[in-house]
Amino acid sequence: MTMPFYVAPEQVMKDRAEYAQKGIARGRSLVAAVYDEGILLVAENPSRSLHKISEIYDRIAFAGVGKYNEFDQLRVAGVRHADTKGFAFSREDVDARSLANLYAQFLGQVFTHEMKPLEVEILVAELGDEGHRHQMYHIAYEGTITDEDRFAVLGGDAVTIAERFRSAVVDGWDLDTALRAAVGTLAGPERTLQPSDLEVAVLARGSTRRAFRRLPAAELAGRLLPPKGRSARGGKPAPEEDGSGRTRAGSAPAEE
Amino acid sequence: MVLPLFAPGSDPGPDFAALIRASGVSGGAPIERPLAPPGSAAGGASVGPGPLPLRHGTTVAALRYDAGVIMAGDRRATEGHFIAHRAMEKVFPADRHSAVAIAGAAGPAVQMVKLFQTQLEHYEKVEGVALSLEGKANQLGQMVREHLPMAFQGLAVVPLFAGFDLRREEGRIFTYDVTGGHYEETDHAATGSGGRDARTTIKLGWRPGLRREQAIELVVQALYNAADEDAATGGPDVLRGIYPVVATVTVEGYEPVAQDEVAQRFGVLVERGLAGGSAS
Repeated sequence: MTMPFYVAPEQVMKDRAEYAQKGIARGRSLVAAVYDEGILLVAENPSRSLHKISEIYDRIAFAGVGKYNEFDQLRVAGVRHADTKGFAFSREDVDARSLANLYAQFLGQVFTHEMKPLEVEILVAELGDEGHRHQMYHIAYEGTITDEDRFAVLGGDAVTIAERFRSAVVDGWDLDTALRAAVGTLAGPERTLQPSDLEVAVLARGSTRRAFRRLPAAELAGRLLPPKGRSARGGKPAPEEDGSGRTRAGSAPAEE
Repeated sequence: MVLPLFAPGSDPGPDFAALIRASGVSGGAPIERPLAPPGSAAGGASVGPGPLPLRHGTTVAALRYDAGVIMAGDRRATEGHFIAHRAMEKVFPADRHSAVAIAGAAGPAVQMVKLFQTQLEHYEKVEGVALSLEGKANQLGQMVREHLPMAFQGLAVVPLFAGFDLRREEGRIFTYDVTGGHYEETDHAATGSGGRDARTTIKLGWRPGLRREQAIELVVQALYNAADEDAATGGPDVLRGIYPVVATVTVEGYEPVAQDEVAQRFGVLVERGLAGGSAS
């Protein structure tokens, strides 16, 4: 019987981290920012039906980058957790903090105990209420959880993009300004992103219980125009496109 | 609490009722064993207050009008011969484009509505797309069927479901029986202890292409006539300012009609001489 070679724990962790980081870096990045009426989430995502940004509960949204099937599994678990909690207790008792902690625990557990770490980075955002501030929890592949105040950047290029975005962030800016800044930052100096390359959603204060809303392409195009050359805002919030082919199996595009 | 993750073989999918059964949260399934009174041989169908009645005091009605459907319910809840609640709400939004109204035993009915609402939203979030109106109606039918053992105990729940079908672009109404069978009604429906009287009024006053105010008047008049005949149905309470709950479902979604507006429509009916004539 052969004995396995001894590998130092430091080395094991380092290898796993490298593996996860590589997987995440293959995908595109995502920016979340607080604006005057809520939280804006912008992802570079050419697919119309395989979402990176989704609704979890009335005031809670989920965003993930990395391997699609892995973060989608986490998203569904989040919806289940929130709906079960809201059903057993009350809608007010569902909060982002406890969900973020569960995610962090799970990711940490997988990172240390499983063969393969999850190649994902996720964000749980909750719209603030009267007297409560907005919350954004950024959870990394190994379970590290960071509480972000004004904005968060997820994905392979996060450091560069965060650096660029930091200089653009203004407190209390409106949706259009924040959106243009986020899209510009995601694109970088050399590229321009079209509405069809983007997935955008907001958690916005409004009259309805469910604060999550996707911005359809037509509205997005209108909002992305520079302020002066804008005529009318395109499109009213259309009913969500039918996500006919939501692929949830492991065969989903790995680098979404 | 732990993160609800499932192995691929035991995953409940977008089914919330299956999820809470798997997670051990109560409220998903009905009580399985009939509650037999002490001394009786077995929990038979004869236990409980009467034979499969719908007489727990309620009248709910729905009808189609030019922009969609309108749904209304009286406000009275009874316990035997006593009035248990004067301002109960029996019409609820099921989701953005549908409404559900309940008749029958109040406790299980409200619980069923809560489960139904959660189920529709849960499906929409997990799958990323809302159920079709037909799918929603079918879901509710399954919940009513699961409730059948309780119905044999006299705790029947019979909902009324209506919504705006975004694919067909029209309002649709579904009625149920205690076995979960659901039937689509063409233009109007009413159920509950005063359902028969309400139905008669609506049948006489209904015609295609009713406008919103006419529809509100007709449905309020139907509930008034039901309350006139049925002890378990409450009429408008002018002293306390309690009027039927009325809601519309159109392409824009579910929208409750303000109590003031219902009161105003009721006022118009009174001026016109409530008992006779149609609401036109």
